[in-house]
Amino acid sequence: MTTDTTTKSPEAADAPPSGAASAPKRAARGHRRLLTRRDRITLAFMAGVPTVLHVALVWVTALASIALAFTTWDGIGFDSIQWVGLQNFRQLFADNPQFWPALQHNVVWFVVLILIPTPLGLFLAVQLDKNIRFSRVYQTAFFLPVVISMACIGFVWQLVYNPDTGLINSLIGANKPGHYIDWIGDPKLNLWAVLVAASWRHTGYMMILYLAGLKGIDPSLREASSLDGANEWQTFKHVVFPTLRPTNTVVLVVTIIESLRAFDLVFVFNKGAQGTELLSILVTNNIIGESSRIGYGSAIAVVLLVISLVVIIPYLVATFRKERRS
Amino acid sequence: MSAPTLAAGGRARRAPVRPARVLLHVFLAGTALAWLAPLLWAMFSALRPYGETSAKGYVSWPDTLNFDNFKNAFEQSDMTHYFVNTLLIAVPAVLLTLFLSSMVAFYVSRFDFRLNLFLLLVFTAGNLLPQQVVITPLYRMYLLTDLPGITASGKLYDSALGLVLIHVAFQSGFCAFVLSNYMRSLPHELTEAALVDGASVWRLYWQITLPLCKPAMAALATLLSIWIYNDFFWALVLISTGENMPITSALNNLSGEYFTDPNLVASGALLTAIPTLVVYFALQRQFVSGLTLGANKS
Repeated sequence: MTTDTTTKSPEAADAPPSGAASAPKRAARGHRRLLTRRDRITLAFMAGVPTVLHVALVWVTALASIALAFTTWDGIGFDSIQWVGLQNFRQLFADNPQFWPALQHNVVWFVVLILIPTPLGLFLAVQLDKNIRFSRVYQTAFFLPVVISMACIGFVWQLVYNPDTGLINSLIGANKPGHYIDWIGDPKLNLWAVLVAASWRHTGYMMILYLAGLKGIDPSLREASSLDGANEWQTFKHVVFPTLRPTNTVVLVVTIIESLRAFDLVFVFNKGAQGTELLSILVTNNIIGESSRIGYGSAIAVVLLVISLVVIIPYLVATFRKERRS
Repeated sequence: MSAPTLAAGGRARRAPVRPARVLLHVFLAGTALAWLAPLLWAMFSALRPYGETSAKGYVSWPDTLNFDNFKNAFEQSDMTHYFVNTLLIAVPAVLLTLFLSSMVAFYVSRFDFRLNLFLLLVFTAGNLLPQQVVITPLYRMYLLTDLPGITASGKLYDSALGLVLIHVAFQSGFCAFVLSNYMRSLPHELTEAALVDGASVWRLYWQITLPLCKPAMAALATLLSIWIYNDFFWALVLISTGENMPITSALNNLSGEYFTDPNLVASGALLTAIPTLVVYFALQRQFVSGLTLGANKS
């Protein structure tokens, strides 16, 4: 890490209000001048060690994924790595019967999460924000699934979906031979069954994010709106919702990332067999499955990476631009 | 938390019992109950003996309710062992993540170097990537890294150390982002005065900045311990010996190996959830504030 310095103005926003506009600038320069050689070395280590670890394990491997996507490799010796150009991708797009369904399922995952649990989470947050009694109890009930591991959630929902002994089939009398509804095994049903469990969890997550957003709204805005004679819905639509914009951005990004990351639940349910294929599952199958096709697995990972970056980059650029301004 | 003022406002508005309020409570109570239903169902199944449920069906009035399944699940599958595995991964991972990310955050937020924003961007973006993007080369890298004598497997692969490293690398993205925002809000004068007095940079970090970051660190520690405890994917791919698995991914193996009846699976699953629930109920405020600390700022 270099210790280049710059004259870029530092964080003026956090300075005390009393005529301190130029104070932080001076302070930053003072800081720099006062740094001894030893301080500079300390600083280089403080930033360097974590950065090396993070970059080596996250970014170098992400780049290696890209490189490996253009090769075939049996994983045994480095000399067996062979450059094959776009072959992996060609095969993936044209011949793999699981690729397009997986991509489609990832999209469905996102669409469902954004259309059902997200508005529901917002709705619950708005209700709980009214300072009603037992608010904490309700909040905990909705939030509990977020605390529990996805794998555990998978097991819990299997108990609900089990064709023989599960809650649903027992209740509707579909647990007799010949009448089975196989929620997890039927490729027409299983994606939706998993999505119910995923939505169950996502609602609580979204509720907490929106509750935090709602707490941040200036109460005088709402008062002004009700003085103007707006009813609850009008206030929400014209005053509350527009001010939730930053939260909405976060919610959108979180939901997209969660749909790309979706893995644990499906893996516990049925290992991503027919009907619940996901990109993440296909990548993993190439590693822990019987056949180790490294180049091919990496090609799928690259598709996942590209989609993620399309979301992550604009989001971070916007976030950091805002930060720089303040 | 602005609870006092809100509560006061709420009480003033709440005064008479309004039908709309009652309706809201009915709705919320109903929904909350429905929300807990899958967990309650798992609990109900776990409390009943297998013999009874297979004879009477699962939806039936219980004759016996006891903790035998929990006891059996715990003993049969040697859960203590897996809980210890998790502890050996999670404790170092949480501490190391907080330590390393707070150093980066300190560097980024307290000094004005040209690379700061870029560095923070690298960390934050890395944390947002899906794990599967990096897993294939990581898996190979772990297999190729020989550590004879250091880990039991002789490699980074199939070792607690390997899991600790990837958790630290991945989670420090989020923590660095949150902590740098937090440190930026601390007054500059504090460190400035010390620096003028000749304090070293390390002292500014260790004795002045870190103690002020306690609330944020506590929130992040809660969040991290739950996340790392709940990890399923890294352990699934990077650990090959069942014995070395942390509890969350071990359950996946155990459910096939040892547990023959759903009631036992239910109790096993619920047992693994207990530690996170305890942490959550004990440190609810830290947990929620940690979650929104990251979200609100961005």
